[in-house]
Amino acid sequence: MIDDPAQDAAPRRLIWRRAELLGIKDETPRVRTLTLAVPDWPGHLSGQHVDVRLTAEDGYQAQRSYSIGSPPEAREIELTVETISDGEVSPYLTGELRPGDIFELRGPIGGYFVWSNSLVGPLVLIAGGSGIVPLMAMLRHRAIAGHSCGALLVYSSRSWDDVIYRAELERLAAEDPSVRLIHTLTRAQPAGWQGYRRRIDKTMLAEIGIPELAAPHVFICGPTPLVETAAQALVELGIDAGRIKTERFGPSGGS
Amino acid sequence: MMEQNEAQPLDGNAAAGVLSEVFWRDMTLATGRCAGCGREGPFAEARLYGGLMGYVMRCPGCDGVLMRVAKTPHGFWLEMQGLRSLTFATAPGSI
Repeated sequence: MIDDPAQDAAPRRLIWRRAELLGIKDETPRVRTLTLAVPDWPGHLSGQHVDVRLTAEDGYQAQRSYSIGSPPEAREIELTVETISDGEVSPYLTGELRPGDIFELRGPIGGYFVWSNSLVGPLVLIAGGSGIVPLMAMLRHRAIAGHSCGALLVYSSRSWDDVIYRAELERLAAEDPSVRLIHTLTRAQPAGWQGYRRRIDKTMLAEIGIPELAAPHVFICGPTPLVETAAQALVELGIDAGRIKTERFGPSGGS
Repeated sequence: MMEQNEAQPLDGNAAAGVLSEVFWRDMTLATGRCAGCGREGPFAEARLYGGLMGYVMRCPGCDGVLMRVAKTPHGFWLEMQGLRSLTFATAPGSI
């Protein structure tokens, strides 16, 4: 059996809370991070998400789920949101909201796709596009809380400018030799790019050396094709399926 | 997680908030067995189609419908003919 960091599997009623936007930051041309104050926030584990609910003046409601990017140690909640041009919720969150504005959210949600530094064994993170967000919460938690085992991130983006958290990822890898960062850029690459330039596949995951890792904890988050390709490839490479946790994002990403 | 389009399903993780209104527990920690193909796996990994008003959850093995959930002004409607069983862990770490 694999230890699970879910602290509380007991029934717990989720309630809608009022979140206040404190600040907003550009991550890429299409992705922004919202920093929120949520009174009486019960705390979260890295990898969890929230439901966001918007209510129009006529009572119409739209609701979406967004992963939490901030680590459990942070006082404020951060959601990193990709703008979906015909979406009902994300254009409002990234384009219309101003600091001081209030909206409703509930969470934290989901005890399955979570990691905590109490888990022994290397951490393997595979992300496509904005699938990086819950995995970034894990890396930030790992950096703050400390962890003796290595961490590997394989991150698929369309282009170098689409890499979310790029500077922070570079810094995390530079400051901690046990963090390994591998980018693949699927659509456009900067001049002189030496790295991968295709979608994540079995050959890539084998070359990176994932099959040689002993008892890894694997988290895969991205668009469905990436998640299913990577999960199946890892099982074929001999990784125990029970060590692989997945979360599907739509509709874009490193494709 | 983010907004979905028709072509790309999300999964049971994204349904956990709405399902908590029905089951009052974290359904991502449940294990389900498909009545169609017999596959057993984390409910979090079931494929999710639909939106706030209604969800269809399908088996990642055979694509059979596991659960349909509709939210109405009066409450919830669930259909689970395709789900042979649901197992809930009683303690963290046991699924």
